[in-house]
Amino acid sequence: MEKWYLMTAVVLIGLTVRWTVSLNSYSGAGKPPMFGDYEAQRHWQEITFNLPIKQWYFNSSDNNLQYWGLDYPPLTAYHSLLCAYVAQLINPDWIALHTSRGYESQAHKLFMRATVLIADLLIYIPAVVLYCCCLKEISTKKKIANVLCILLYPGLILIDYGHFQNRYNSVSLGFALWGVLGVSCNWDLLGSLAFCLAVNYKQMELYHSLPFFCFLLGKCFKKGLKGKGFVLFVKLACTVLASFIICWLPFFTEREQTLQVLRRLFPDKVANIWCSFSVFLKIKDILPHHIQILISFCFTFLSLLPACIKLTLQPSPRVFRFTLILTLSFMLFKFKLSEIPREAEGTLVVSEVSCALSFFLFSFQVHEKSILLNDLLQFYFFIKPVCLVLSEIPFMSTWFLLVSTFSMVPLLLKDELLMPSVVTTMAFFIACATSFSIFEKTSEEELHLKSFSISVRKYLPRFTFLPRIIQHLFLISVITMVLLTLMTVTLDPPQKLPDLFTVLKSEENELALFPDVKNVNSAKRFCELLLCVNEIIILRIMDLHEEMEDGPVAPYF
Amino acid sequence: MAAFGIATGGGNWFSALALGVTFLKCLLIPTYHSTDFEVHRNWLAITHSLPISQWYYEATSEWTLDYPPFFAWFEYALSHVAKYFDQEMLNVHNLNYSSSRTLLFQRFSVIFTDALFVYAVHECCKCIDGNKAGKELTEKPKFILSVLLLWNFGLLIVDHIHFQYNGFLFGLMLLSIARLFQKRHMEGAFLFAVLLHFKHIYLYVAPAYGIYLLRSYCFTANKPDGSIRWSSFSFLRLISLGLMVFLVSALSLGPFLALPSIFCLWFKPQGPKGFLRSLILCALSSFMFGWHVHEKAILLAVLPMSLLSVGKAGDASIFLILTTTGHYSLFPLLFTAPELPIKILLMLLFTIYSISSLKTLFRKEKPLFNWMETFYLLGLGPLEVFCEFVFPFTSRKLKYPFIPLFLTSVYCAVGITYAWFKLYVSVLTDPPVGKTKKQ
Repeated sequence: MEKWYLMTAVVLIGLTVRWTVSLNSYSGAGKPPMFGDYEAQRHWQEITFNLPIKQWYFNSSDNNLQYWGLDYPPLTAYHSLLCAYVAQLINPDWIALHTSRGYESQAHKLFMRATVLIADLLIYIPAVVLYCCCLKEISTKKKIANVLCILLYPGLILIDYGHFQNRYNSVSLGFALWGVLGVSCNWDLLGSLAFCLAVNYKQMELYHSLPFFCFLLGKCFKKGLKGKGFVLFVKLACTVLASFIICWLPFFTEREQTLQVLRRLFPDKVANIWCSFSVFLKIKDILPHHIQILISFCFTFLSLLPACIKLTLQPSPRVFRFTLILTLSFMLFKFKLSEIPREAEGTLVVSEVSCALSFFLFSFQVHEKSILLNDLLQFYFFIKPVCLVLSEIPFMSTWFLLVSTFSMVPLLLKDELLMPSVVTTMAFFIACATSFSIFEKTSEEELHLKSFSISVRKYLPRFTFLPRIIQHLFLISVITMVLLTLMTVTLDPPQKLPDLFTVLKSEENELALFPDVKNVNSAKRFCELLLCVNEIIILRIMDLHEEMEDGPVAPYF
Repeated sequence: MAAFGIATGGGNWFSALALGVTFLKCLLIPTYHSTDFEVHRNWLAITHSLPISQWYYEATSEWTLDYPPFFAWFEYALSHVAKYFDQEMLNVHNLNYSSSRTLLFQRFSVIFTDALFVYAVHECCKCIDGNKAGKELTEKPKFILSVLLLWNFGLLIVDHIHFQYNGFLFGLMLLSIARLFQKRHMEGAFLFAVLLHFKHIYLYVAPAYGIYLLRSYCFTANKPDGSIRWSSFSFLRLISLGLMVFLVSALSLGPFLALPSIFCLWFKPQGPKGFLRSLILCALSSFMFGWHVHEKAILLAVLPMSLLSVGKAGDASIFLILTTTGHYSLFPLLFTAPELPIKILLMLLFTIYSISSLKTLFRKEKPLFNWMETFYLLGLGPLEVFCEFVFPFTSRKLKYPFIPLFLTSVYCAVGITYAWFKLYVSVLTDPPVGKTKKQ
C-alpha cells in the first residue's frame, strides 16, 4: 500500500508505548506467599515444562492447584510450554520445579515482558493492521489513523503490560480478530479456525461465539440449505471439530482428563455439562432478591436474541460487528450488577449466583478470593468489538472506550499505574479526536441517529437539538471522569479509618471481604455504577442504529 | 465545546504531534537515567542551599558546577519548585539521592522546559517554503520538518532517558535561527548570546553567527554583483551587535577548521540559508576535530540540519546520512537491557519515517542515495545485531570487551566524515545570492 511507512511508524509507536508501560512494576511484585498474576504465568511455565501433560490439570504433590493452578484451555498451556523452552535456554532456575516459586529478578521480568510483546507482534498487531487495511471506502490516511487509535487503546495495554496483569489477552483477542476478519472477507473456514483457536486460548471468547454462530449460519442459509449452503455448513462443522480435537487431543485419551480440564475451566459447575442446566434448579435455594438479577439477565439475553436472529437472516459483516458489541452490553450489565456489595451475604455469594446464571451457563474465573477484580479486568477485553466500529461511529466509540478505561482507573491506581493510564488515555483521546475529527462530526447523520430523531420529532416537533445534547453529555461525562479520578486519588490517605490503608493496600484478593471500609469502598462502587450507567446509555444509543433500520444494510466490506 | 473542538479537530496537526511526543516523554519517566541525573540534582542543591559566591567553589560532590551562570540561575529557579516535591533533594550532602518524587520532578522539568523547543519548532516551520508541497498533509515540508524536529530520536533518548536539558537549549538556538531567517537580527543575536551563557558548547557555532551578522546586518546593502558595499556600513548596528556578540572572539579550536566556510559567508553571502549551512559546518567541524567531544554534540549539527533537509534534495541526502549515523552513534549511551527495545523501536521509527517521507517529498528528483550510501546505511542493521546480540555471547567478550564500542565508533565516523565532506563541498560550490532581497 502507499504510505506503508506511515503504517510502519504507527505500529512502531504502538510497540514503543507497550514496552514503556511494561517498564512499570507488575502485580504481586515482592508480595509472598501468593504474589500475583505474573507469578501465575511463571508457574504455568514451570508446570507445563516439568510435568507430563496428563498431570497439568490435576492436583498432585508436584502440582498444587490451589497455587495458581491452570484454568485456561490447552492452547494457553501449550503457549506456556513454548515460553518455558525458551526460558530453559536462558536460565533454568526460572522454571525449576518447586524451587522457582516466587522467582523475581530484573532479567526474568524482561523475559516475561518480551514474551508478551512478541505474542502481540505476531498475532494481534498484524490482525489489526490487516483489518483496517481491508476496510473499504475510506482513505489510506483514515486506515492508518484507525490502526493508531486501536493500537493506542489503553485498556488492553494496561492490562497486558501494566502492573496488574502480565497476560496474553492480546493472543486470544488477536485470534478472535483474525476470525472476524476471516468471516467478513469470506474466508469462512480460516475465520472459524481462528476463532476456535481463540476459544481454545481463553474460554471467555465463548461469549462472542453466539454472533459468530449466527453469522455463519446465516451465510449457510443464504447460500441455500440444499447445495452450497449445506456444503459450507458441513465444512465449517468439520473445521471447528477438527480444531477442537487437535487442541484437546492429549486430553481426549481418558474421559477423566477431559472432565478435569472442564472442571478447571468452569469451576462451580458439576463436571457434567448437561448438569449445569440444573443450575436453574438452584434458584429454589436462592434468596428472593436474587430473582431480580435473574430477571435482568433474562431481559438482556432476550434483547440479544433479536439481533442474533436478524444476523442469521441477513448475514452482513456490519450487522455482525454490531451484534458483537451487543454481546458486550449484556456482559456489562451482568458484571456491574454482580459487583454491588451485599455485606449481609458477602459478595462471594452474589458472585456465585451471578456466575451460576451467567450467559450460556459458563461461569467466570471464580478463584475463591480473587474474584471481582480479576473478572472485571478480564471483562474489559470484551471492549474490543467497539474498536472495530471506530471509523463508522467515531464519536460514540471514542466516548465509550474512554469511559471504559476510566472506570478501570480506581483499580489501576492501587497498582501505581496512574501515570501510564492517564497518559495513554489522553494519547488515545487526542489520536481519536485528531484522526476522526469527532467533535465536528456530531450531526444527526453522523451519529447514525437520524431515523431516531425523525421518529421522536413525530411526537416532539422541536426535537432538533439532539447533537447538542450529546455533546453536552460528553462534556459532563469527561468532567465527571476527571473528577472521579481525582477523588479516588485523594480519598486514599486514611482519615477516619486508620486500618483502611492497610486493607486497601493488601492483596486484591481480599477485596471481597471489606466490612470495615464501607465509606470509601461504597463511594468507589457508586462511582463505578455511575460510570456503568453511562456506558449502558452509550451502548443503547449505538444499538439504536441497528434497531431502527428496517431494510438490509449495505455490506461494508 | 467549539473551542475544544477546534483545538482537537483535524486541522491542528501540530498540536497533536507536540502532545503525542509529550505523552511519549511521560511514558519514558521510569527508564534508566545516567549520572547526569545526579549532576543536576546536585546543582539544584548547590544553587538552592548555598550563597552565590559558593556556587562555583562547592565540591562536596564530584559533579561540580561547570556550566555558565545562566544555567546556574536556571537551576536556582527550578529548585524553588523542587522544594514542593521533595525537600531532601536540595540537601548538598544527599549524594545520589533519587526518591521517586525527585525522579518525577526532574523528568517533568525536562518535559516542561521542552515547551520552548516546541515553540521554536513552530517558528521554524513558518520560515520554510511550502510551495512545492503536495496537497496531502503528510507530504508538506512543514509537517515533515515538525516530525523530524519534535520526534527527533537523539533528543528523545538523550534528554528523556539519559537525562539532560538539551530541549530548551536547542529551542533557544532554533528560535535564534528562525529570527535570523525572519530578518529580526537583533533578537536572533540576543537569543544566541543568552544561549551561550547557558551552555558554552554553543561556542562552536559562534563564528557563523558573528560573521553572518557582521556581513549581512552591519552592512546594510550590497553592490549589484553581490559583493560588499563598504559605504553602507552601519556603525550603530555594529556597536549594538558587538555588545551582544563580543564573546564570539572567544577561544575554540574546532571552528578554525570551518574557516573556509566562514570566508564564504563573508564573500559570498547566501542569506540566512548560507548562514545555516555555516552554522552546521561549524558544529560538525568542532565535533569532528574537537579534543574532548561528547557524542551528544552531534545533535548540535543534526537539529539545525533538519531545517535544510526539507528544502533541497541534496541537503536531504546529507541530512539523512548524518542523522542516521549520528543517532546510531548514540546507542552506547543506553546500555541497559530494559531500554534496548525502546532505543531500537524509536530509532526504527525515526529512521524509517525520515527516509521515507523525504523520499516522498523529493520523489520527482533523482534518488536520494546512491548504491554505496544505501549499503552503508543498511549495514547499520547487521552491526547492531552483532554488537548487541551476537558478540555478548561469544568467547571473545571477556578478552576484548570494547570491540562493540570500537566498531560503532569507527563505522559511524565514516558516515559522519562523509556527510561533513559533502556538506562542505555544497557550501563552497553553491552560487551566491545576488542582491539583498527585500522580503
